[in-house]
Amino acid sequence: MSVETMKMSERSAAKVARARAAEKAQRKSGKVQERLLYLVSPIGLLLIWQLLLMAGFGDRRFIPAPSDIAVRYYDELVNGMLMTHIGATVWRAVSGYLLGAIPAIAMGLLMAMYRPVRLFFDPLIAAIMPIPKVALMPLLLLALGFGDASKIVLVAIAVFFPVILNTYAGASNIERIYWDVAKNYGASQQVLFRRIIFFGALPMIFAGMRIALAISFIVLVASEFVASKTGLGYLIWSSWELLQVDVMFVGIVTIGFIGLIASALMQELQRWAIPWKTT
Amino acid sequence: MNVIANSERQGATAVPAATERRGASIDIVDVNKVYGEGPKRVVALQDINLRIEPGEFVCLVGPSGCGKSTLLRILAELDYQTSGDINVDAEGWAVENAMVFQESGLFPWMNVETNVRFGLDTRNVPRAEADRRVEDALRLVGLTKFRHHYPHQLSGGMRQRGAIARAFVTDPGMLLMDEPFAALDAQNRTILQAELVRLWEQTGRTVIYVTHSIDEALLLGTRTVIMTAQPGRIKTIVDVPFARPRDVVELSSSPEFGKLKLEIWRVLEEEVNRARAEMER
Repeated sequence: MSVETMKMSERSAAKVARARAAEKAQRKSGKVQERLLYLVSPIGLLLIWQLLLMAGFGDRRFIPAPSDIAVRYYDELVNGMLMTHIGATVWRAVSGYLLGAIPAIAMGLLMAMYRPVRLFFDPLIAAIMPIPKVALMPLLLLALGFGDASKIVLVAIAVFFPVILNTYAGASNIERIYWDVAKNYGASQQVLFRRIIFFGALPMIFAGMRIALAISFIVLVASEFVASKTGLGYLIWSSWELLQVDVMFVGIVTIGFIGLIASALMQELQRWAIPWKTT
Repeated sequence: MNVIANSERQGATAVPAATERRGASIDIVDVNKVYGEGPKRVVALQDINLRIEPGEFVCLVGPSGCGKSTLLRILAELDYQTSGDINVDAEGWAVENAMVFQESGLFPWMNVETNVRFGLDTRNVPRAEADRRVEDALRLVGLTKFRHHYPHQLSGGMRQRGAIARAFVTDPGMLLMDEPFAALDAQNRTILQAELVRLWEQTGRTVIYVTHSIDEALLLGTRTVIMTAQPGRIKTIVDVPFARPRDVVELSSSPEFGKLKLEIWRVLEEEVNRARAEMER
């Protein structure tokens, strides 16, 4: 009886090992399968699009096939026009973003730290926030002219509000115990600001910055539609006016890529900046 | 009213040898604390008089709402009395007090080492000196290997060790502890209690320890101050006669311990019942 039991347990140990190996292999191939599956819908869509046009459904002058767009993309890239537009848009996006986000973070923290600062800025924020920021574009054109400045400032304004509100919310919701610890251990106002409030608010600051990222592209492209001779927004809009639908798609695809890269960079930055939240 | 001799405060970086020093003494005279006004007025502390001698380990025990934490916060200067005087003599120590909070209060965005160093950074202790003291403190609580971990990567007991190291490293004349082990499981609590007693016996600091557990108060303290709720008053003060050095595990199973615990419970029971009756009225 006992011998048989032992045999059984031996067998089951081997079985477990085999089962675990099989499971591991399956998990691995499952991952690969999932990743492939992930590509099926976009590639399938492009394929159907291409085949329908090749079969003669639709007019390729108005609805370009993916292959037409790819050819046009290559041309625009080689003749340097696309890079010029990308450069203009990225420069406006980055400088406008920084111009809006950095003061928003500083002021959000100060609002949480000092009541008078909050009382001073609260009504201003409440009054300006509900205005759709693109509505300010004509005003900015009037004030700053047709150049980069008006676009950069528009992006800055659009970025400012979600960042300041999230920063303030993050900083004022820091648990009381951390204020107590800081005070009990002799933190000056400066130390409190730099080492406690800033870091305590950082997760919320990033939440605000992610929202701001999406908004910044929206207002920037919209402003480039109407008030610019460079940039991807201009490229898309002018191609509509010239009925160059393939160029339009070049602009759309590019702005999509830039958005993707920007949010990936933001995620990396966040992982690096808040290691205690992302483990 | 906090008396630290000026020369000593300037010398915050130089830590005299432990043997020369005795912990801070604290004189609490007629202290009252009132929150709110009119019908919302709550007397949190009433006529608190307590003299704590250098190097004592005093436990404050009482039902919740008896103001024991308020008293501790006032001693830590995180809150202020409405009337009365508090005199602290922490001559010979780098800082007057350091507090250990219930949920450790380690900053989640700093690793263990940075957390421990915090109270030295804020006081501009020179780097080499701070390095040495942080090193000692980490060794003292057994966290040297975990110095680069963030608090969320540690167990509750380890976090509390980190909080104790952060307090010790500043070289305070008195250690203020607000139910520091309440959130730990029983095993970890016992281990940390034993360690705390050992650290206290070695360094001679005054410790004021808030707890709701009579067991804990009797195991750790030299005196137990029993407080009553609504308004918070000192009901009675019990001298804890058990010898030093103490083995907290052995002591907790001795008959003398059980007897004293029962006595105190009788006193406290009356208070708990009174407070409950008051609440239901």
